[in-house]
Amino acid sequence: MVFEGLSEKLQDTFKKLRGKGKLTEKDIKEATREIKLALLEADVNFKVVKKFVNSINERAMGSEVLKSLTPGQQVIKIVNDELTQLLGGEPFKLKYSPKGMTSIMLVGLQGAGKTTTAGKLAAYMKKDGKKVLLVACDVYRPAAIKQLQVIGKQLETHVYADESAKDPVKIAADALKYAREYLFDTVIFDTAGRLQIDEKLMDELVDIKKTVEPDHVVLNIDSMTGQEAVNVAETFNEKIDITGVILTKLDGDTRGGAALSVASVTGKPILFAGMGEKLTDLEVFYPDRMASRILGMGDVLSLIEKAQTDFDEEKAIELQEKIRKQTFTLEDFKNQLIQMKSMGSFKDILNMMPGGNKKALKGLDFDEKEFSRSEAIINSMTPEERINPGIINANRRKRIAAGSGTRVQDVNKLLKGFEQSKKMMKQFSGLNNKKHGRMKFPFM
Amino acid sequence: MAANFFEKLKNSLVKTKKNFSGKIDQLINYSGVYDEEFFEELEEILILADIGYESTNKIIERTRDLISKENITEKAMVKSAIKTVIKEILEVENVENKNIDTPAVILIVGVNGVGKTTSIAKLAKMFKDEGKSVMLAAGDTFRAAAVEQLEIWAERVDVPIIKNAQGADPSSVIFDALHAARAKGVDILICDTAGRLHNKDNLMKELSKMNKIINGQSDYFNIYRYLVLDATSGTNALNQAATFNEVTNLDGIILTKLDGSAKGGIVIPIKNQYRIPVEYVGVGEGMDDLQKFSPEDFVEILFE
Repeated sequence: MVFEGLSEKLQDTFKKLRGKGKLTEKDIKEATREIKLALLEADVNFKVVKKFVNSINERAMGSEVLKSLTPGQQVIKIVNDELTQLLGGEPFKLKYSPKGMTSIMLVGLQGAGKTTTAGKLAAYMKKDGKKVLLVACDVYRPAAIKQLQVIGKQLETHVYADESAKDPVKIAADALKYAREYLFDTVIFDTAGRLQIDEKLMDELVDIKKTVEPDHVVLNIDSMTGQEAVNVAETFNEKIDITGVILTKLDGDTRGGAALSVASVTGKPILFAGMGEKLTDLEVFYPDRMASRILGMGDVLSLIEKAQTDFDEEKAIELQEKIRKQTFTLEDFKNQLIQMKSMGSFKDILNMMPGGNKKALKGLDFDEKEFSRSEAIINSMTPEERINPGIINANRRKRIAAGSGTRVQDVNKLLKGFEQSKKMMKQFSGLNNKKHGRMKFPFM
Repeated sequence: MAANFFEKLKNSLVKTKKNFSGKIDQLINYSGVYDEEFFEELEEILILADIGYESTNKIIERTRDLISKENITEKAMVKSAIKTVIKEILEVENVENKNIDTPAVILIVGVNGVGKTTSIAKLAKMFKDEGKSVMLAAGDTFRAAAVEQLEIWAERVDVPIIKNAQGADPSSVIFDALHAARAKGVDILICDTAGRLHNKDNLMKELSKMNKIINGQSDYFNIYRYLVLDATSGTNALNQAATFNEVTNLDGIILTKLDGSAKGGIVIPIKNQYRIPVEYVGVGEGMDDLQKFSPEDFVEILFE
């Protein structure tokens, strides 16, 4: 990548601070200057940065020194706390209306990702057991209605569309009636993208809002937005009083300064983050995790959560037992591969790991297909071969390669890799046996 | 039409002027000396225009040098010094305004939501008005209804379109379109692609494949590859430019949504670091709201 991420930037700053026993005024000044630059390069709005840096300065100069921390850690903690605070503090839970029907209106600039997000929200709410109606209010962009219909079909969710109508206010009103009549309990209005300086279209949003009185008015912001994010958020908030924000395209490599800007100028919570192309790629936004990620402490919480839900602990213990007894077979190897695969992209996981190794990661290209290939090779072996790979001779290798659609070299590579990891595991378990008698999987 | 366009552009840049040229005027008017404080405020103005920290620094250093070297004190001269420096950085003198030589194929790339499909419609209209025959290729087979969106535009502009179903291999659409355009002797084939974040390796590989297929026809077509950039985007646009340039070797940038209050200042560091010029700008939702553009125009209007 061309640029270091914000986390690397701040880590470099704090490396200088680490190992210092005492923090002078000059140190704080230098550190805050670095923080300021890093935040600016991350597209946080200039005014927001100024405010942020000032509050850091004040707190750092103040007397809140914890005995358990070194001064360097103290600054990191302050920056982390302030960032978390600025991002909203606690994760915000979208509340369903107690009245029976919850209505959400999505607004934003062109290309912010409203229609896709409408689909993602519908998927999210369906999971909560809601009966969702998607409403196509974008009568301007060619095929916008069709886009929502296609998404609705994929989700098996009802879409209200009136292709003959030209007035989005009327569509919204009719849709609301329709939703009441057919007992939908959640209604999502997808509105057309508009510039915040387009008064006519902004007035139209005001009218839609008046007509449907939505429980939530959610601004969609592209996380790659620059300094402009502040103007967009401020104007939308002034005109239609938004209730929250969804940050889209956060799966890119943007440093996401827009998140800080928007949260800071509107004071409204960031509800969700769009994290990918699939309709399931919508995640609850955790201010503390985002702050930690920005600070380069790694998104440890997300990682642990992912590991907990996806990794079968019983199997892990069984595996450890096998390694200890040295009865680790190719079958176990395969199971491990499957578990790793179910945890999602290998790169995603490594990205969430704490530590300053992100730069090294960038050059690596993890081939997810390699997992599938290895699985296929093992699947083409007989049960006996899986337990006792020693019997796999040249003929068997040829058969396995043919069976799995790979080459003999691939089979050789896998067998070699298996032997090596077996050896390594033996060493590891030997070491650990003396100390703890247990070893960790799969993050050894 | 061109005059009309510049009117529109000027109107749309009024906001920009309030934010940029106006602020610079104000700064110069209120400061008598060009000291640290002056340059700090200038820095703020430049950064708020999305010019990015590195280029901002460069502009400030060069302006400082220029002011002290030429001993500039007059207020009007200070402004023109800043202007000169920005023009220098944009290398406005060396810009060769690339014209599209036919037969041509134009590949349009970019991240999601920057306005690729709309820009294609506008390009098609522009070329058609110039009397050229145009064909479109619906290479975004991923996003729901993207093909339909381009189809509606094709109908409005009245140009043929080559398409396949959603979910089809985009490379095959491009391949078919290239052959169709060749067989029919079309002047300009414009290829749409799905929006993709530049850090998604697999999607970039897919793009690379499309690019290769187009390169395979270089014996017949002149090839142009444009990155579509949203004027509201921040410094991430630099990463976008770098990565897309690596994969497709960009010829230029189409800067969209310049009718908002955003300045598109990011084109300055992009030109500076990767030597990719802005070729077209879009200033509205109408079919005629796209025009050939030079960096010179950009600076002139910015400082008017």
